[in-house]
Amino acid sequence: MAKHDHTPNPELERLLGPTGYEVSCDECFELLDQYVELEVQGANADERIPGLRNHLAGCPACLEEHDSLLALVTAEHRAR
Amino acid sequence: MTLQTHEAPASGTLSPPHGFTRLIYSRQAMKLAPEGRDVSFDEQSQAWLAALRGDGVRRDQAIARLHALLLRAARFELGRRRAALSYVRGEELDDIATQAADDALMAVLAKLDDYRGASRFTTWAYKFALLEAGVRLRRRAWQGREVVLDPETWPTPADPGSSAQEQLERTETLEALRGAVDRALTPHQRRVFVALALNEVPIDVLAERLGTNRNALYKTLHDARRKLRRELAAAGLALAEDS
Repeated sequence: MAKHDHTPNPELERLLGPTGYEVSCDECFELLDQYVELEVQGANADERIPGLRNHLAGCPACLEEHDSLLALVTAEHRAR
Repeated sequence: MTLQTHEAPASGTLSPPHGFTRLIYSRQAMKLAPEGRDVSFDEQSQAWLAALRGDGVRRDQAIARLHALLLRAARFELGRRRAALSYVRGEELDDIATQAADDALMAVLAKLDDYRGASRFTTWAYKFALLEAGVRLRRRAWQGREVVLDPETWPTPADPGSSAQEQLERTETLEALRGAVDRALTPHQRRVFVALALNEVPIDVLAERLGTNRNALYKTLHDARRKLRRELAAAGLALAEDS
């Protein structure tokens, strides 16, 4: 049983969401374009915008929008 | 204001719409401002703002180009989710893309003063179209499906692919979690946690059914998760360190 095991249960961790600081959904939307451009540029987006990656780990809807924006901007970046 | 829509492939690819918008989307034109001048990206963003804040024909043309840009982003999102929406007619998907672009255009124009240039204007604008399209597609996927808000609706502990020991551990973990949910959460937190985390109801679908919004629901989920983590840690379960 997990109680006697010192390894965190991955399924339980997924249900309980990320630990540590995370931004809200509204803050995530505000910062998403800047975060994605930092990622495309190869900059340390998580250092520049703390808490956003953590939020994406806990919010599937914001994660989908992040992944779509990253894919769209990356495709344009490659086309240039 | 009249919104101009353009015929374009519904595949969600990066193909340009017909007409003048081809200028904006063709490879060699990616660095062109709305007026067509060759400028840097910061200047390009400034040119978008100037044109959208301008008067008359110049503004109308900029709005039409912006709508085409947003429609393209909405179709890009549809293309990414096409496999999961194979049962939805193409005409309906096209309508969803157009509605998403229309609402995104309104949002962009209303929030123009909020744009601070932290990213390119087009990247900033895209996110509105992706949000509008994503919300609509999640709701369409759940159209006609019942959202069970009963906190008693828990996932089945059995997983045919796992060993008897793994199934036992999963059952015990879910039982421990269920006990923590009963002890630590308010009725509203229970409903939200069970729907979003356990039953994986999309947050925009639940927000619509409960008459609230994504931000408020996620706050509730976040608070519930923190309470459960503390409760389970106190019960002796091994969990990642909360900071």
